[in-house]
Order: sequence, then C-alpha cells, then structure tokens
Amino acid sequence: MKYKKQYLYSKFERFWHWTQMLLVMLLTFTGFEIHGNFEIMGFENSVRIHSAAAWSFMGLAVVSIFWMIVSKQYLNFIPTTTKLKEQLQYYTSGIFKGRPHPLHKTLYNKLNPLQRIVYAGLLILIFPVQIITGIAYMYYHYPENPIDADGLLLAVNAHTIGAFMVVAFIIVHVYMTTTGHSVSANVKAMISGYEKEPDTENSPEETISKNQ
Amino acid sequence: MKSALEKITSFIVVLVLPALVIYLTVFFALRKNEPLAIKIPLMSETIAKVDHSQFAILQQNFIDPRDVTAACLSCHNKRDDELMQSSHWLWEREVNIPGRGIVKIGKNNIHNNFCTGAQGNNGSCMRCHIGYGWEDKSFDFNNPNNIDCLVCHDKTDTYFKQKGYSGMPATAETANAEFKVPDYNYISQNVGYPDRDNCGVCHFYGGGGNNVKHGDLEEALFNTSRKVDVHMGTDGPNMVCIDCHKTEKHNITGRSYSVSADNTNRISCEGCHTDRPHRDYILDYHNHKVACQTCHIPVYAKVNATVMYWDWSKAGRRDENGNPIKEYDADHNYSYLSIKGRFVYDDNVKPDYVWFNGTADHFFTTDTVTTVPVQINTLYGDYRDADAKIWPVKIHRGRQAYDPETKQLLSVKVFAHNKGEGAFWEDLDWPEAIRHGMEYNERYWSGKYDFIDTEVTWPLNHMVSLKEETMSCKDCHSRNKSRLDGLTDFYLPGRDYNKWIDYSGFAIIILSLIGVIVHAVLRIF
Repeated sequence: MKYKKQYLYSKFERFWHWTQMLLVMLLTFTGFEIHGNFEIMGFENSVRIHSAAAWSFMGLAVVSIFWMIVSKQYLNFIPTTTKLKEQLQYYTSGIFKGRPHPLHKTLYNKLNPLQRIVYAGLLILIFPVQIITGIAYMYYHYPENPIDADGLLLAVNAHTIGAFMVVAFIIVHVYMTTTGHSVSANVKAMISGYEKEPDTENSPEETISKNQ
Repeated sequence: MKSALEKITSFIVVLVLPALVIYLTVFFALRKNEPLAIKIPLMSETIAKVDHSQFAILQQNFIDPRDVTAACLSCHNKRDDELMQSSHWLWEREVNIPGRGIVKIGKNNIHNNFCTGAQGNNGSCMRCHIGYGWEDKSFDFNNPNNIDCLVCHDKTDTYFKQKGYSGMPATAETANAEFKVPDYNYISQNVGYPDRDNCGVCHFYGGGGNNVKHGDLEEALFNTSRKVDVHMGTDGPNMVCIDCHKTEKHNITGRSYSVSADNTNRISCEGCHTDRPHRDYILDYHNHKVACQTCHIPVYAKVNATVMYWDWSKAGRRDENGNPIKEYDADHNYSYLSIKGRFVYDDNVKPDYVWFNGTADHFFTTDTVTTVPVQINTLYGDYRDADAKIWPVKIHRGRQAYDPETKQLLSVKVFAHNKGEGAFWEDLDWPEAIRHGMEYNERYWSGKYDFIDTEVTWPLNHMVSLKEETMSCKDCHSRNKSRLDGLTDFYLPGRDYNKWIDYSGFAIIILSLIGVIVHAVLRIF
C-alpha cells in the first residue's frame, strides 16, 4: 500500500499534549492519595504537589486555549455527527475485519466524530468542573463564606466524580492510541508530528474536511 | 540532516520541556518557607527594679501579715481597688450566658468535677484565695488589708500559705515542722513581679495534688526544657507565666473554661505569632478552623500523670483495722484513697477534640441533671460557627454524689480540722458530709443520695511541643484513626469520602478496563 506522510501535530501541540499528560498523571496520582485510597508520597507532599500541578495545568490551559484560537485548531474540537455512525461501526465491527479507517486525518480534521464528542465533553464538562471545584477546594471551603456551599461537600463530590471520569478517559484514550494504522502509529505521530496515512484517492473524508 | 534536526526538536518538545514543567511544578510545590521568628521582650527584661530593702516601713517588726499588706498599700495605693475587682479576689465574675442572662459565676455557685465545690471546705480550698483567712461567710471582702500581696509577689520562695488555714500563712500558734512563720522583713524587702513559682503554687496543684486538674499545667514547669514546653523551657525562651498572661492594673489576661464563660480577656497565640506564622498558605489557612494548640499540643501530661477519672462512689472503704486505705498504680500515682475514691491517672495523653468558640456554660448548684454524663461545663461551637475552632481538650470524667429526688448535684463537706465535724475526709460518712455541705451552701437536700457520671472539659493551651513533634497531616487527614473522628459535622479531606461515588467511580474504571481488554482480544483473534 502507498503511504503519504503528513504533518499533523505542531511543536506546540506536541509539547502541550505531553505536558498535559504528565500533569494529569501527577494530579490523578496525588489526588487519589489525598482522597485516602493509598499512601505513597505522603499526604502533605501530595497536597502540595496537587495544588502546584493544578496551577501549572491552568497556566497551560490558558496558553493552549489562546493558541487554539489563534491557530484555528479549535475547529478540531467542534462536535459533529457526520460519519458518527460509520465511526461507531468501525470500532464495533470494521476494526476486527481489517477495514480502513472511515476518517482520513487532515490538519483541520484530525479528530474523528467520536473523539470530537469525547474531547468536547472533557473540555466543557470535566475540566471546567475540576478547575472550579479545585479552586473552591483551595480557597472557598469554609462555611462562613457569603454563599455557603455546604463547606467542602459539594466541591469535593463533584471533584471526585470528575477524577474518576478522567481515569476512565485515560484508560480508553491510551488503548485507542493502538487503533491507528499500526499499533504504534498514533503515538509516533504525537511524538514526531508526522502521521503516515494510506494514500487513497477519492478519499471519502475530503467532503467532510471541506465542510468544516 | 533535516531529519536529525526534527528528531532533536521532537525530543525537546515531547520530553525535555514537559519534564521541565513537571520538575518546576514539583520543585515549587515542595519548597517551604521558614516559619516566622518571634522576638518579644520578656517581663524580666523590661520591668523597672526597685530596691524595697531601703524602705523604712518594711523594716518594722511584722506580726500579722495584714500589716505587711497595709505597708504595701501605703505606697502602692489604689492597687487594692484593682485587686478587689479581680476574679482572684472575688472568685466570681458577672457574665452573660445564653439562656441564663447576666449571672454571677464562679467557685461560689458552680460545681467542679474534683472535690465538687469550694464553699464549706474553706480551710482547704481557700488556701488558694489571694486573701487572708476566708474561713467562712463572715470574710470581709471590703477590707483591703485582707489581700495577700506576698503570695504573688514573693521572690524569695520562702512564703507559703499554710495547709488547712484558709489562706493564712503559719502564725506563732499554728506553725509546725512543715510550715514556719514567714520572715516578713526578708520577704517584703525582696518582692517583685510574679514568676512561675508564684502562679504555679496554686495553678499546678489545684484539685488536691500536682496536675490533678489541667493536665498541661504542673510542677514540672517550675524548671523545664523546651521539649516539654517550648515557651517555658529554661534552655529556650525561659518565659514565665506573665510573659503571655500580660497583666495591666492587676487584670491578668487568660481564661480557664473550667470557671469562665465568655470570650473576653483571652490570650491568643496570634497575639505574638500573627495569624500567618508558618508563612505557608495551606498551613496558615487551617487557622480559620483549627486552633494552633490542636497541632502544636499533640500530647499533654508529658512529664507527670494527670487525673483522667475520679470516682467518688468508691470512697469510704476501710481496711480490716478500720483505717483509711491508700493504693497506688504501677507508676506510683494514687489509684485509690478512702477519703476520695478511685482514681485513674495517665501521662502522655492524646487530647480529645471539640469545636470551641470561646464561650461556655456551666453546671450551677441550682441546675438539675438532664443528661448523663452530667456536663460540668459545656464548651460551645460547631463547624458553622465562624468563631469556633477545633480545640484540644482534656476531658476529666468523674462520678459524684447527687440527689435522686431533686436531680441536683450535692455539695459535700470534705474538709475539717477535726473528726466529728461532718467532714468526709475525717469521718468517711456520706450522709453527714452531704448534710453539712448542703447546709453551708443553704441548699435543700431530700436526704437521699446516689452517684452519677460527670464530665468536665478543659481546653489545653500549655506545654506546646517542639515543632519537630507537632502533629502531621495524617494525624487527622486519614481514614484510619483520625484524631478528629469525633467531629463529624464537616467534610475532612483524606478522612471522609462518599461511599457511592467511590463505588461507582471504581466500577466505571473496571468497566473501562474490561471494555478495552475485550476489544483488544477481539482485534487479535
């Protein structure tokens, strides 16, 4: 089969992705230690690292949101239902029969419709909730505040639910990296920036990318 | 060439820069500031010294200690007015207690959990009154010469009030091997500001022995190390009581909630240390809800044991010859006294913890029992109270006499000089001791008595530990044996979690894992 190489992930995107990965790992790890699930780094170290990592995460988020807007890469994260059915069919049956991916990635259409929905969900539902409840956790947790949020209870419960969602996401996300054209193709793309794509003419995705 | 450059670029953006961000994050996370250092002038460094030996009036031949007081007041005039308004003199204060209104409260009308009450036991209890001879109700609270200046201002360590004489030092008639007539010229010519001996002689021995009451105030503090008390350690700041208990015009700051009820005239750690002493956001932020004492007094009774339990109902047993019994525990503390009952002493005790906003209620002699154990005092506060903080306390449990008909605690006469005067310590006769005690206190007694469980709560403030021995996060923020397990009206990170959220969360994680494994297996085969 003929392959074409295309540059999908810029230097910033790759930096952003891997930094965010490390920060999310750090936050998850220290977060569950604070939650009392295990004891490895010590409660105090976990609290301090969790708070600092939260600030790094928020700083990175601000920078990357700015970058997304300026580079118009945010277009990748707008959910769509176009080809959603095909994508679902691919993951539930096509992948087992060696069928080709329904989506051919392009610079402004790197994410398939399922990814778009899941990432948009993370960006809209999980991260803002984690950030807001996390800030409340640090600075707004005593009941004598003007608006009583029942002490910490509301914030911590939302924050814990969000944390479990993030872990579930990580599991599926890491597994999905193996579903590229080869098992390591997607990870390699996120390292080098280049993704190998089967070079097919009349790509069915051109229609989608033109519509974006 | 281009490919090599791209590889280096990838290496930097994928590995080096993300690792740098993580390194800086963890570095700044674990960097701690040094706590704020405090330097305040001590009383001993600032007080003006006067050579009292040069005053002719102190050369006279003193017979009665009241003449010493008169001599003091001849120069220090008006000081008697200050003293005669103080609780050290009156043994009561006027306070506003919610549900009671403005009431006088003090050793006159509230119960304690030790010898139950001072009134009627004047010979023994009033030894710690700052007056001369409060033998009975006839004591003149308006006679300034009845003030005992020396007990607080003696710097020679030779002045003592005699045991059993209502605050009088030994006289020619009462002197014995233990208590000699004080040398008033020597003592009065060497007076000065109170040091730890003057305060400790009463405040360390309250309740009838060393460390019976407080748990954090005892004779070890006469001469101690920083390890026992960072403030009073002679190898450290060597502070004395009044260095913290700042005193203006004989108004001594500081409150003990075994007798106090209102949030005034208190001392706070913040007064010297500021409310941001750690220079660390998350530690300083705790101070909104956690008293400094909670972390910095991890144990009390660090040197000598304190009484944790006092059961009066067991008192009165005699040996086969009809003599009173004394029994000791393995650490040589009393475990049984015929005159007082059964004791449990303990040392290096972990405190209990309560919410406390600086106000309290007390069990008045007129109160009836509504809860068991009877709360001899009640400290107020809860999580939602903006003034309340978590405070370490000693809870002293007891069992004392009450009237099962009137449901009131009984005033018992325990002390007398002689047998046959109705005092329990002399005659070991409960009905007689109760009858005399109730009569002196002008209270009705049905004639019946039984015993009931009682509790008194003492906030801990002294014997602050070295910073190396301060509590760690895990002492409270833990699912196992958190020290705050008793305080359940708030969410404590590390201790608390929502069972259903955790179960559902782990279920989602496990389902995700199963999902990807099944999917992978299907792809392979």
